[in-house]
Amino acid sequence: MKRFALALFGTVGGLLALLGFKTHSPTSSGPLPDQGLAPTGMPTSTSRTDSGGTTTPSRSRSATHRATPPTVTTRHITGQAVTTRYGVVQVKVTVRGSKITDVGFVQLTAFDAQSQQINSYAAPQLLQETLATQSANIDTVSGATYTSDGYRQSLQSALDKAALR
Amino acid sequence: MRAPTATPIRHVEQCMGTVFSFDIRGSGIAWDDLRAVLDWLHETDARFSTYRSGSEINRLADGRLDLTEVHPDVAYVLSECAELQVETGGYFSACADGRLDPSGYVKGWAVNEASRMLAAAGSTAHCVNGGGDISCHGRPSVGRGWQVGIADPVHPGVIVRTVVGAGPLGIATSGTSQRGAHIIDPHTGTRQEALASVTVVTDDVVRADVLATAAVAMGEDGIVWLAGLTDVRSIVVRGDGSVSAAWRGQEPT
Repeated sequence: MKRFALALFGTVGGLLALLGFKTHSPTSSGPLPDQGLAPTGMPTSTSRTDSGGTTTPSRSRSATHRATPPTVTTRHITGQAVTTRYGVVQVKVTVRGSKITDVGFVQLTAFDAQSQQINSYAAPQLLQETLATQSANIDTVSGATYTSDGYRQSLQSALDKAALR
Repeated sequence: MRAPTATPIRHVEQCMGTVFSFDIRGSGIAWDDLRAVLDWLHETDARFSTYRSGSEINRLADGRLDLTEVHPDVAYVLSECAELQVETGGYFSACADGRLDPSGYVKGWAVNEASRMLAAAGSTAHCVNGGGDISCHGRPSVGRGWQVGIADPVHPGVIVRTVVGAGPLGIATSGTSQRGAHIIDPHTGTRQEALASVTVVTDDVVRADVLATAAVAMGEDGIVWLAGLTDVRSIVVRGDGSVSAAWRGQEPT
């Protein structure tokens, strides 16, 4: 699983470098493996690639491991390239047995200002951070996600009620 | 003919198993604009919910829906999750506990989209709070920033810090206080409990949410990791109640 993650890491990192996306982690900019989600060296699995897409009607399938009868099948399924309001994306999932075990993407081109904005992280206009623990003047509260029930007991709920009154 | 504006608007909406609070202070927003945002939120919930068997995410996870048939938003969210998995060294994952579940991304993204839709409709100042994840736009009034309290994860109703800022401001908190320990280290499959809550302050609530979730998954190492990221302010409350705050990058003015 670790090796798997590393394979994904290298590939997506390479893709990102290729596409000029900003990343903030110590990502490797290693060579771009061929469709690198493929977990190599899993002797009991077969690997198959399905390609679905409007632009490429051809379906390619390659069975890489045939040594032993497969117990669990790992498949890589590539989605259609879809145009979203942020750009063109094409998602690729790894399915082991009948479960999706990983998600990657094979194509992502940002084409508008909004995407540029999403990919560039400017400093927030933070005026100050205070040690204030008074709730008298606060506008809103950030905390771990509350359930609808939890909300009723939250400070945010009190603020909303006060404003709605 | 455009409907007359109705600002200021204060509205509370239950969605995605939590509550979204809308605080619209500026001018230019009509009720219809807000209604369009609320409709989108509920559609998004129906599409991404892991609690509804008919959602696109569950049908996709069960193999009942082909990846080529998903809504563009689903394709977008999954590709973003993949990118963020790289940025966080695998600590954020849409398959953290072995099943497709991009919920860790969806709520922050929904808050951000709601905020963006309001701004696009003409709002000059608003704050959207979705279950504790916040996106602020503009200023609540001239010369004032949004005052955001950071909840004490251990003592309900108490805040440990106050952050004051003008939009674009994105703030998210992840932790174990409200729903029990629910953040898993995807590398080991174990639950992380060293950090009671991690708050990330940056200009984008989506990124803040993902970074906060990843930091909780890292445990103590998450504090150092966050401190090394540029233009990210973090406020961490440990299990023992001690608080650390960190900031690297251009000092806020």
